Amino acid sequence: MATFLIPILILCPLAASLITFVSAGRMDARGIGMVACAGVGISAVISIILSVMLLSGPVTGVLQVTLWPWMHMPGFSADIAFMLDRVSMLMILVVTVVGLLIHIYAASYMYHDPGIARFFACMTLFVAAMLVLVLASDLLCLFIGWEGVGLCSYLLIGFWYDDPANTVAARKAFYMTRMGDVALLCGLLLLVTATGGSLRIGTVLAAVANGQLAPSGINMAALFILVAALAKSAQIPFQTWLPDAMAGPTPTSALIHAATMVTAGVYLIARLHDLFAMAVPVMALTAVLGALTLLMGACTALVQSDLKRILAWSTISQLGYMFLALGCGVWQAALFHLMTHAFFKALLFLTAGAIIMRAHHEQDIFRLGGLRHTMPGLTAAFVAGASSLAGLPLVTAGFYSKEMILSGVWSAHFNLTHGWTLSGPPLWGMALLGAFLTALYIFRCVFIVFCGKAGTGAAGRTSRLMSIPLGCLCILSLCGGVIEMPDTLLPLHLFSGLLDPTAVLSHTHQPAWLVMAGAGAPLAGLGVAWVLWGRSSPVMREIPGQAPVICPVRTGRGMDALYHYAFVQPFCLLAWLTRLDILNHAVTGTGLLIQTASARIFRARADFLGRLAIQATRMIRWAGHLLGLLHNGRVRWYAAWIAGGLCAGLAMAVLS
Amino acid sequence: MHALALLAASVTVVGAIMVITRRVAVHAVLYLVVTLLALAAVLVMQGASFAAMLEIIIYAGAIMVLFVFVIMMLNLGQTDSTREKEWLRPRAWLGPGILATIVCAELLYCRRPLSGPAPALAPITAHDVGLSLFGRYVLMVELVSFLLLAGLVSAFYIGRNRMGRH
Amino acid sequence: MPAFSFNDTLLLATALFSVGLAGILVRRNMVFMLMSLDIMLNAAALVFVGAGARWHDATGQVMFLLILALAAVETAVGLALIVCLHAHGRPTLDADTGNLLKG
Repeated sequence: MATFLIPILILCPLAASLITFVSAGRMDARGIGMVACAGVGISAVISIILSVMLLSGPVTGVLQVTLWPWMHMPGFSADIAFMLDRVSMLMILVVTVVGLLIHIYAASYMYHDPGIARFFACMTLFVAAMLVLVLASDLLCLFIGWEGVGLCSYLLIGFWYDDPANTVAARKAFYMTRMGDVALLCGLLLLVTATGGSLRIGTVLAAVANGQLAPSGINMAALFILVAALAKSAQIPFQTWLPDAMAGPTPTSALIHAATMVTAGVYLIARLHDLFAMAVPVMALTAVLGALTLLMGACTALVQSDLKRILAWSTISQLGYMFLALGCGVWQAALFHLMTHAFFKALLFLTAGAIIMRAHHEQDIFRLGGLRHTMPGLTAAFVAGASSLAGLPLVTAGFYSKEMILSGVWSAHFNLTHGWTLSGPPLWGMALLGAFLTALYIFRCVFIVFCGKAGTGAAGRTSRLMSIPLGCLCILSLCGGVIEMPDTLLPLHLFSGLLDPTAVLSHTHQPAWLVMAGAGAPLAGLGVAWVLWGRSSPVMREIPGQAPVICPVRTGRGMDALYHYAFVQPFCLLAWLTRLDILNHAVTGTGLLIQTASARIFRARADFLGRLAIQATRMIRWAGHLLGLLHNGRVRWYAAWIAGGLCAGLAMAVLS
Repeated sequence: MHALALLAASVTVVGAIMVITRRVAVHAVLYLVVTLLALAAVLVMQGASFAAMLEIIIYAGAIMVLFVFVIMMLNLGQTDSTREKEWLRPRAWLGPGILATIVCAELLYCRRPLSGPAPALAPITAHDVGLSLFGRYVLMVELVSFLLLAGLVSAFYIGRNRMGRH
Repeated sequence: MPAFSFNDTLLLATALFSVGLAGILVRRNMVFMLMSLDIMLNAAALVFVGAGARWHDATGQVMFLLILALAAVETAVGLALIVCLHAHGRPTLDADTGNLLKG
């Protein structure tokens, strides 16, 4: 099979990135957009060709290609090697196809921006880094892509660097994900010790399966990798960077949320699911954190008033669903939801970008309103994306993927140590509540923005270049889910068969009311949203913002404040204490104290003993003072002390 | 010990002493170049011709040129020379001299004369060094590249900051 | 018999190291301190090469290369600092004046 296509797949966006970067100022905006779209487009075509080739081969077929050995030394070796199996095939399809649609949209959206060359250089580099990440067959090679994705997100979030707020947001995203990178590196080092010097994914998983790593080691490695995934995918407790990442241009947000950045964590855990399956406590932790994040994200989205922030929090919430599925061991469901989420979240972001652009950069949903009359096409697109996000039954893609997650969560069961168990139904209940809240917040947004009184006037029209991707994404997010259905509806399992053809999921028969509940929750949410915000005389327009609970949640600053008090302030306090030089003062102060105290005590008896004691304490004080003098800040004196220490050490070595 | 080896070694040590006693910075740099060239000769006599070439090209060539450039930028003159003379009074030599002598004496005392088999005569070529460098020590090369990058960035930052203010 | 035995190498390296140490301690001008530091680094590198020649191992010269890179970085950053200080009104380059970090 033609393995040479895999490097070309990565090289195309990379070359486009280089060309656009070098041609800044030499090429017009149209040319730059065309080069970028061509780069991503060619790789989309190649990924489709590769998928067809892979699917026509044997069911367990894997395309392997080793470009060159990176480093080989005794005890460790790493290659620049790529691998295409069915999981990475799904990922490259999502990354390149959704990425292409976003690029086409961005070519029109960013047309008048002076930094368009820089923008497209970063965007195509982003796609290339993500392709490296999902195709790597060596975990160290994956780490290159992991870092590249982080770098590109930093560059793109801070794209409009004139505003200090944007650079602050970019730095925040960088720091937050950096913590995860450190954790990932720790996890990789642990795994290297198990495999004896190779980080090939196949070798690592085989070593783990053969028991070359102690159970505690497996737990530690899985925990480290989980922390990395949590940071990259903006889950609790790292969720604060994603809403701030809205500072970048809207196509960037779409790319980060739909195709590239945040899905990396989900992909990493799905790729290493065999490792995680052996670390039950970590799996339970993943599931619980996912469930908490999905509820927290949905609740926060419910009280936001910024259109893009609502979508950002909804991404966090939906990623919580994926982590819940990963924790419950149904990684196929997580990847399925990843795919449908990429479709509808890209659609929602791109539509929101078009709306904001035409509404004179107004992002507050309460100032928008009645847009259904002025932009009917965008309304249809947004409603399609919103229904898919809410998972309205039967007609949307989101319904099927969410249903798959819910049924998987229901049958999950964790045997933790010491007789502690955690079973699926409570998690299922949380997920169902999350589904209800999802429908509630997104249709709140829909009703406020598109119905009701007309707000800010609309201007211009959406260009054709922007409508084409929106149309494609509409179709995908409505119909992209019918390849996998619950048994109760139709025993159709194309997707899970595609991912894991050898091990067919054990389709335990589940009661029909599970599916009914999963279908009912979004409808209930839609109904409540209609009653609250949709009717001609809405019950309430705005949730009161001054309530002490809601205010920090709305701004999303609650967590930031917590971090500020928990991590930043102690450091500042330490620095302040060090500046005061407590130790020096303590030494001299103690000497002074003892001196005065002894002077008081022995004042009555001015005999020899008393004088001796006073002299002794005075000497202590002088000694403290002399010790302080050593720290005179002169570098030559410090060098002299080092040399003196060398003398003393050598003397000890000689004399002993 | 051959006469040539003795000559090279003594030039090295005398050059180093001249470096630390000069009052004019350019003179010191020139003496340092002489020291390094003599050291390269010592390395050649040990069969490490590759290291000697690097010593000449990188140390005596590149790094010393950096020193010369910086000294040119500093624009030192007669006042600096007199100030150096003032700083280098004989009293200033007392403490450092004693300390350095003690270290030297102790190091010499610790040194045990080796009495092993005679060392092999075959010199270590650049080929051997390359194989070792990119084989066993390839991770070291990566780390050194990090170090160089960090040095580049910090030197660039320090220089840029200066330009920004003026 | 090579011209330089390992013992002679150690002797030379010790002498160089002590000279460099004395230079660092006695000079107040930072340019001279950097040069003395380079002398000390060269002494350490000489020991590595000598040991490599003695036991016929290429590791000695690999270490020499790494020390070379270290010296290059150290010199570049140090000289940048010197230029920066000189431009910021410390034309004497006196190492003893930069004592703000005192305890």
